[in-house]
Amino acid sequence: MTPDGDTAAGTVDEEPRFSTWTGTARGWMLRRLPPDKLLPEDQPSYVASWIYVFGMGAIAALVYIIVSGCILALNGPAWYHVSGLGHFINSTHLWSVELFFMFMVIHLWGKYWMAAWRGGRVLTWITGVIAFVVSIVTAFTGYLLQTNFDSQWIAFQAKDALNAVGVGAWFNVTNLGQILMWHITLLPLAVAGVVALHVVLVRMHGVVPPLDAAATDAQLQQDLPQRASVEGEHL
Amino acid sequence: MSKNTDPMSWRMRNDIAGRPWRGRAREYDLFKELTVGVMVVGLLVLGLSAVFSSPDDPSVTLKSWATAAPADFVATATAELGGTSKTAGYGPPYNATPDASQKLGPIDLQSFSGVRIPIDTANDFVISPLQSLPSSPSAVSDWKAGTDKQHVDWAAAYTDALSKAPDNDPAKVGPGDYGPVPALTGTLLGMAQQGALDGVLQAKDSFYSTDYTRSTLFLGDGTYFPGLADTAHLTGDQWGMMNETGNYPGQSWLWLFSFVYQVQPIKSSPNADILVVSIMAVLTLLLTLVPFIPGLRSLPRRIPIHRLIWKDYYRRR
Repeated sequence: MTPDGDTAAGTVDEEPRFSTWTGTARGWMLRRLPPDKLLPEDQPSYVASWIYVFGMGAIAALVYIIVSGCILALNGPAWYHVSGLGHFINSTHLWSVELFFMFMVIHLWGKYWMAAWRGGRVLTWITGVIAFVVSIVTAFTGYLLQTNFDSQWIAFQAKDALNAVGVGAWFNVTNLGQILMWHITLLPLAVAGVVALHVVLVRMHGVVPPLDAAATDAQLQQDLPQRASVEGEHL
Repeated sequence: MSKNTDPMSWRMRNDIAGRPWRGRAREYDLFKELTVGVMVVGLLVLGLSAVFSSPDDPSVTLKSWATAAPADFVATATAELGGTSKTAGYGPPYNATPDASQKLGPIDLQSFSGVRIPIDTANDFVISPLQSLPSSPSAVSDWKAGTDKQHVDWAAAYTDALSKAPDNDPAKVGPGDYGPVPALTGTLLGMAQQGALDGVLQAKDSFYSTDYTRSTLFLGDGTYFPGLADTAHLTGDQWGMMNETGNYPGQSWLWLFSFVYQVQPIKSSPNADILVVSIMAVLTLLLTLVPFIPGLRSLPRRIPIHRLIWKDYYRRR
């Protein structure tokens, strides 16, 4: 067995060769996402607009959704009806969700007008849309768990659309236990997984350059990336 | 514009969009941005929560319904007995009522799942709960002894009489051939007003239950529960899908879903739900596949909002 990292002499690109599955996987990952791409210390000069803040804002809001959701989970879905602290935590859960969607929608529109799928970034776009759709379903199940008048009515109304497409028995909005499982296990796993994949893809491909960027542009007149102070908004 | 030269293409090519950036760079600190982002969003979340709190209107129970609107409760229980309620005629997954399912042309997805949550409204909502009483009323035996036609006739006659009574008050109904229906619905009303029906309908002879399907459907068959929703601007024709009780933003991201329900002929179609879900599925697919759709993917070039986003870059070209 060749130890990980052994370099086979005579290879054209002088990349390490691995004989184990683990080593091959590591090599594949390192080629696509080297540490300086995963955790960069610089960005292209064009990454200078407030629009870039909203993707990170959505992730920050997701952090609060998860934290407040964990506290609510520890106390059960009816806790917030009878506890002042519980009601406040419920409020933070609600408002972090509202901010999450607001940031995500601005981020989505921004990326659309930047045509951010260009240059092999199509999977980044697709995972972003999937994250948006899965988040909508997750938020919907949260509204069903309020165990109050609103959730009762949403369940009564929403059953028709789900029954009409034949999934009402497995996604039974009037079955609190079933919806609780969707909301606190299945769907958060899906959201976290898709968002993580989306972020990794962003780091792998980098931020899409401006439309009409040409090799004759002043900012492309250098062969190697180097830091330069750029006026304008900081991220 | 051919695939190979279209600057809006999603394809990985050896051009500026496809290659790693080789131009000027600016300092960037990912962890610092994340930290600042988490702090700013945290302040926003705490501030919004402290100022606006969150809505929590108490749920409706069968007890509160029977107490606040006894006439509606009795009329609904009568419809459940006669098989004329919305639930009784719903079709899958609750029952096999013919031609009740929604269809998209020849496609009937609603029937595809079959009757997965069987509900017999007369037995599940009225007779079985009454049988759970310590002394089951004799009207239950009378009902069971009746034929299907008698059941329908008794319930229809009583429904008609209730609708003609002053205030639809069961106590003011004139004499008629209603069989055991008045006794059954009257006893069920008393049971609900005491709070016994909520537990019985939900648990159905079991200690554990997290399933509120029967209680929710029974509530929804009346006019009291939808009336409360109407007052709270939550019904479908009030864009209720994206609304929340009180003055809260609710699920505003469902605006398009809610909008499609307001458009004719979908609005008045018996297949509205399957039509709306199908339209939304197609639109979601289009959004996902925007990079592959020539007209849609070219819009950002025709409407140059990117000039604003990258104004710094364009100024320094």
